[in-house]
Amino acid sequence: MVSPTPSAQVPLVDYLRIGARPYLRAHECTSCGARFFDRRVACASCGKQEFRNARVKNSGHVKAFSIVHRAAPGIPAPYVSAVVETIDGTTVRSNIVNCDATPEAVSLGMSVKLTTYPIGTDDDGTEAIAFGYEPS
Amino acid sequence: MAAKKSPKPNIADDSIWVLGTHMTRFGRYPDKDSVDLASTSAIAALQDGGVTIHDMDVLAAGCLLGQGGMAQRIQKQIGQTGIPAYNVTNACATGATAIRTVFLHISAGEADMGIAVGVEQMGKMGLLGGAGSKKEKKVFEPGGRYGAVTGIDGYLGTEGMPGVFAQAGMEYAHDHSGVDFEQFARVAYKNHLHSTLNPLAQYRKDFSMEEIMGAPTMSYPNTLLMCCPTGDGAAAAVLVSGERLKSMPRRVQKRAVKISASVLTSDPYTEASQVQPDVNTLTRNAAAQAYEKAGVAPEDLDLVELHDCFATAELIHYDNLGLCERGGAGDFIDSGAPFRDGRTPVNVSGGLISKGHPIGATGVANIFEVTTHLRGEAGDRQINGAKVGLAHVIGLGSACGIHILEKAA
Repeated sequence: MVSPTPSAQVPLVDYLRIGARPYLRAHECTSCGARFFDRRVACASCGKQEFRNARVKNSGHVKAFSIVHRAAPGIPAPYVSAVVETIDGTTVRSNIVNCDATPEAVSLGMSVKLTTYPIGTDDDGTEAIAFGYEPS
Repeated sequence: MAAKKSPKPNIADDSIWVLGTHMTRFGRYPDKDSVDLASTSAIAALQDGGVTIHDMDVLAAGCLLGQGGMAQRIQKQIGQTGIPAYNVTNACATGATAIRTVFLHISAGEADMGIAVGVEQMGKMGLLGGAGSKKEKKVFEPGGRYGAVTGIDGYLGTEGMPGVFAQAGMEYAHDHSGVDFEQFARVAYKNHLHSTLNPLAQYRKDFSMEEIMGAPTMSYPNTLLMCCPTGDGAAAAVLVSGERLKSMPRRVQKRAVKISASVLTSDPYTEASQVQPDVNTLTRNAAAQAYEKAGVAPEDLDLVELHDCFATAELIHYDNLGLCERGGAGDFIDSGAPFRDGRTPVNVSGGLISKGHPIGATGVANIFEVTTHLRGEAGDRQINGAKVGLAHVIGLGSACGIHILEKAA
């Protein structure tokens, strides 16, 4: 039996690319340039069916946020939920991390950059890696 | 000398009218089920219109969370007449979609009369949306359309409704500086205050600004008192063609309320809406279509019932519905305009925040509310002389229903 490899990591979602320089990978419509993070059948903007992988820029700003006190079970609260717009115009939903979860610590328009952090380990010793944005 | 007869209402053959309507008080009904609530309301709406189930050519029932087949289950309580029955779900726009289903049936010439019923029994189900992390997996394996190895709610932003709508409000604040927590809170202050006059509201208690702003935070800026409750309730509306209404007694005609516009939209593609629901564009689109169809402008509205699931939502819909200048929603609430004695009273029923939000019933209940004011039958909460009103609902996903109603001429 293969023993668990403690260093094994998986991204929380498949559009997060982990490694030395983590980034988000979008499916970009080759016809109109619309970007999506989920598995696609066709483009919601133009209806075409061809996509390429696009590397989303890691910097952006906070377009909207909420300090969530009543969280889903198992999620530490309060935390900062946010909508981030990256400098290449892609909108991402994420938490703001490495930042106090208070309205005073977060501001609309605040500059942020992508970061990653572990959120837990499964029974095989595989660690799940989430992404968030931190003040920059 | 005999009293002068009021002029005969101007009724076009191809117009469509609300003939009868009813809503149960919203609240908790542990001793009833959703079929009881829906059937009770349906019968009351038929009686209000002076008709029976045997006069109905179509029935549409909206119920989002129930076991399905609500239309037929209602029929089995109030009359199995064999008419077409539609079961409708469309998120929080479910009730409005039921209304519109009947409306379309009549406008297509397939029915003279029909009934739309909306119902929900939610009990105390707590926070909606963000069902929580999936049961802890032993092995992280990618699944679903995002290849997620576990639940993402709370890791990649919030999926809970108070937070999603908080962010919608904060995005408005981002785009229009000056909009702040206090203005969002004032929306809830207004709706709680309005609800004290509505005997059908789930809650009828007014709160101070300090109490609202100091209540436990659900998702900043929405505190507990800025969020709609869960609850139970039903509402129903009987619709009739103008052609049929013309053959009815004058006293029935005088109570009928014209549906000048019935509009349903979904969310068109916008870049940002791929990750955060865009509740604005589809509402703006629906409003533009509704005003055009009805031939009325926002300043003509004597009252508006709009979808204030959260205080942050109501504020942005002032702008989306054109009740204020673009970007001016914060000033609009500060000016007192949406209070019941203001320029454009909004949610004089107490709104979802205090009247309650049994989901399937909501879009029918706001038709009831506007109709009742236009008839001059709203009692203590009556907006005097109301002639034109608008009812708006939005369901995330998204769907937006807008109806504009007008008093019989």
